[in-house]
Amino acid sequence: MTNHWIDLQNSDVILIMGSNAAENHPISFRWVAEARARGAKLINVDPRFTRTSSKADVYAPLRSGTDIAFLGGMINYLLANHLIQEEYVANYTNAGYVVAEGYAFDPSTGLFSGYNAEKRSYDGSSWVFETDEDGVIVKDRSLQHPRCVFQILKDHYSRYDLATVSGITGTPTELLQKVYETYVLNCYLPDRSGTIMYAMGWTQHTVGAQNIRTMSLIQLLLGNIGVAGGGVNALRGESNVQGSTDHCLLFHIWPGYLKSPQESDTTLSVYNGRWTPATVEPRSLSWWGNYPKYTVSFLKSMFGSAATSDNDFGYDWLPKRDNGVDYAWQTLFDAMYDGTIKGLFAWGQNPANSSANANKVRQALAKLDWLVNVNIYDSETAEFWRGPGMNPADIQTEVWQLPCAASVEKEGSITNSGRWAQWRYKAVDPPGEAMPDAEIMNEIFTEVRRLYEADGSVFADPILNLKWDYFGGSEVPTHLLAKEINGYFLVDTVVGETQYSAGDLVPSFSALQADGTTSSGNWLYCNSWTKEAGNKMAKRERETEGIGLNANWSWCWPVNRRIIYNRASVNLLGNPFKPQTPVIAWNAAEGKWVGDVPDGGAPPLNNPDGTLNESSYLPFIMQPEGVGRIFSNVYPASASMKDGPVPEHYEPVESPLATNPMGHPNRSNPVAHIPPVGGMDLLADPGDPQYPIVCSTYRVVEHWQTGVMTRWVPWLNELQPEMWVEMSEELAAEKGIANGERVRVRSIRGEVQAVAIVTKRFKPFTIQGETVHQVGVPWCFGWAAPTMDKTRLSSGNLLTPNVGDPNTRIPESKAFMVDVVKES
Amino acid sequence: MLVTRREFLKTSAVTAGVAVAGMGFALHPVKAHAVELRKNLAEATRTTTVCPYCAVGCGFVVDASGGAVINIEGDPEHPINEGTACSKGSSLYQMANNENRLKTVRYRAAGADEWTEISWSAAVTAIAQRIKATRDATFEATNAAGSTVNRTLGIASLGSAAMDNEECWLYQKMLRALGLVYIEHQARN
Repeated sequence: MTNHWIDLQNSDVILIMGSNAAENHPISFRWVAEARARGAKLINVDPRFTRTSSKADVYAPLRSGTDIAFLGGMINYLLANHLIQEEYVANYTNAGYVVAEGYAFDPSTGLFSGYNAEKRSYDGSSWVFETDEDGVIVKDRSLQHPRCVFQILKDHYSRYDLATVSGITGTPTELLQKVYETYVLNCYLPDRSGTIMYAMGWTQHTVGAQNIRTMSLIQLLLGNIGVAGGGVNALRGESNVQGSTDHCLLFHIWPGYLKSPQESDTTLSVYNGRWTPATVEPRSLSWWGNYPKYTVSFLKSMFGSAATSDNDFGYDWLPKRDNGVDYAWQTLFDAMYDGTIKGLFAWGQNPANSSANANKVRQALAKLDWLVNVNIYDSETAEFWRGPGMNPADIQTEVWQLPCAASVEKEGSITNSGRWAQWRYKAVDPPGEAMPDAEIMNEIFTEVRRLYEADGSVFADPILNLKWDYFGGSEVPTHLLAKEINGYFLVDTVVGETQYSAGDLVPSFSALQADGTTSSGNWLYCNSWTKEAGNKMAKRERETEGIGLNANWSWCWPVNRRIIYNRASVNLLGNPFKPQTPVIAWNAAEGKWVGDVPDGGAPPLNNPDGTLNESSYLPFIMQPEGVGRIFSNVYPASASMKDGPVPEHYEPVESPLATNPMGHPNRSNPVAHIPPVGGMDLLADPGDPQYPIVCSTYRVVEHWQTGVMTRWVPWLNELQPEMWVEMSEELAAEKGIANGERVRVRSIRGEVQAVAIVTKRFKPFTIQGETVHQVGVPWCFGWAAPTMDKTRLSSGNLLTPNVGDPNTRIPESKAFMVDVVKES
Repeated sequence: MLVTRREFLKTSAVTAGVAVAGMGFALHPVKAHAVELRKNLAEATRTTTVCPYCAVGCGFVVDASGGAVINIEGDPEHPINEGTACSKGSSLYQMANNENRLKTVRYRAAGADEWTEISWSAAVTAIAQRIKATRDATFEATNAAGSTVNRTLGIASLGSAAMDNEECWLYQKMLRALGLVYIEHQARN
């Protein structure tokens, strides 16, 4: 979240789309309710009428996988009526930036310039701006230049008229108009704000990242990012998925969103050079210019005194990827299925249920030599070898199941969706022989290290030199780890007027250095545990007046900034756009910002007399251009979208339509990740009559994710005991299915047994003039708990396809095709 | 072992009694529990925690006595939830007191159709041997193009958004030192 949960109360209009917050993030709804009590409007867009819909002022249904069309219509509406936050758009976004002549989008093909059909990928080198002789981007703040982003956007989204959108989404045109008006008219003025709450309903698509970008550019056009009650707010699902992402338990990034190196990054210097942007844009702080300070501090935390400038701080001790090759979830299981991967840690995760195309995942597990599974309960993953369709005698995988401590049985921090790192305490010992995860890691790593010490064989340096000195001393290991994440001065240092000694904790990432004199495991968490204030994550001081920032309750990254991009919440003179809920404001008398921790302390962009303040800088400090990207341009050393600089509607890979209703031949995302069809990677053909019904997966309040931590909890399992499929009365009548009857839901990949729940919450859609039905299944059930009934096909992900978004590689679990038949 | 729903409820009845009663089956146990709880809470040690389910990050207070959790409820001081809880948060007591929790180390041999309980030290010794053997056998100092990569593609890791930050940091440290490239978790699902 750019903002945080309590800040929802400051919104004038809230759009919940791609999420069922009332069901899946129930306590977030306290703050939605608070906003409504203060007069805010709530809009919900969802294929199904949910608990969230029941509280909405406006509810609109849409067919799963058509969010870009829906939101494209909103962009068309606000641009056609010029309902934008003009000062914000002109100064804080790239709307006026002039796109280079080589860029093009062809509405007759649905392709952007640079497409390579053979590789199914784009060369984005034409997605750039025109520059002057000094390399500075050409801009037209009047937004009139025919090639400026604003005009390109207008042109692109003029095709998304109400009738076209309605024909794709199935939403009646009058409801589309109502949603657009309710959202835009309630937040386009500078002193109003609107926000978006989304979750996996947006990410689990082959256009997932572009779903979110479409809304992001709406938020930029309406001046909603940085302000209280605004932002782009991802409602994250697991208690510490924010923290585990920040610490980068992912193939492509190192802690703090540093890039994991690839083969062409032959030295630390080459690697740093590739990812450190050198901007020539005036008044752009371009914070990633500090990149080398963070990588070297990370390496010092990894290898301690063994990391020196002579050995590139141990850079070559860490693994590298092949150039341009990904090692994401789906690829990982492909490599397991083909036998490349021999051993797996499934640590606090249940992939046999959580993964799209779970049948393939379960078969892949059976090809492993060994599996180590760590959890607090038994799961379909630990027990895969005796799951449905498995013959244990045929499966040669050795499995160790290690019991770990639950949250109240150890001490440490977790980071919520609003980036608050909150400290938890140990109340009791874990049961039986269970141990905290950190201690299990220590047991295993210490033994591995002992083996390498004994024979010094294959590339032992990173193992022998790893800094690993947390256990067995007088201090709680997680305290030492939290401090290491924050970072230390490694030599005596003066910062400002403060003298620090070697071994002191660094106060903030602005003190980190690229010469090996500082360490920090994760620069984003620098400032969380300091010499001056101790463990800030444990702070418990509630705000008594203000806009709900609660700056002294726990700690949030970065540097306790509660609303990021907050310098975009003020005008050029530093006055809040929305003065009734100011995030920051410039106090001219004292020459400083008051309120939240600002995105940098420089004074406002303009002097009081309206002249430019040359020492100030633009608000979007993480972008080399300093402004919000409405057009996702390519810029040296910064990421761009893989599937185009402007979002376009493409159908889900499995959909009822054989063509793209936008009138071009690229039916689905032309760069979506689609494994070769065959074997266990099956896809229904577009419009396949065997699988005529759109299906989506979702969750219920009583269960959590795969259910591994709730199906074993009797109170919860009693409330939601069994797999079901929800369908409309119309579909049930067509199929002759009665409410409560047992049915099977089938995709081309697998099937589940379920109880039919026939409701008014689903309604058939009219898509391109035809009736299209949609059903939904939860994915929290499985065969292992509570019955160990291996005949039970009940995991929703047995149905889902392993095709994925080209940017994130998240699978398309939210839109695929099935049929529903009565249990014979 | 197949367990029917009735048996499952029966085995959990000791801990589930209050909730089942709360759903309208019988009221007396609830009153008795409340009286007992009030008495016990006076002597309990109270700590604060944050819910392990979704990422709203609601605060809870945990009362422990005699080495066992005797109550978990919403933290009224916490600015996000102010004492409230959803159904999952309300069930946290049953996470801390649950007969279904894993309490022993178990091993499933190749081809076996059952688990064997083993000691931590036996498991750690065997796991470390497998890690080393697989890593050594699959380690690539260079890739097919001859570039330095110093990695193993023979071992993969999944997890975990359920771990604490400090554990996530430590885990990635161990995995990357071992040379793993296949490192993924819930954020990709």
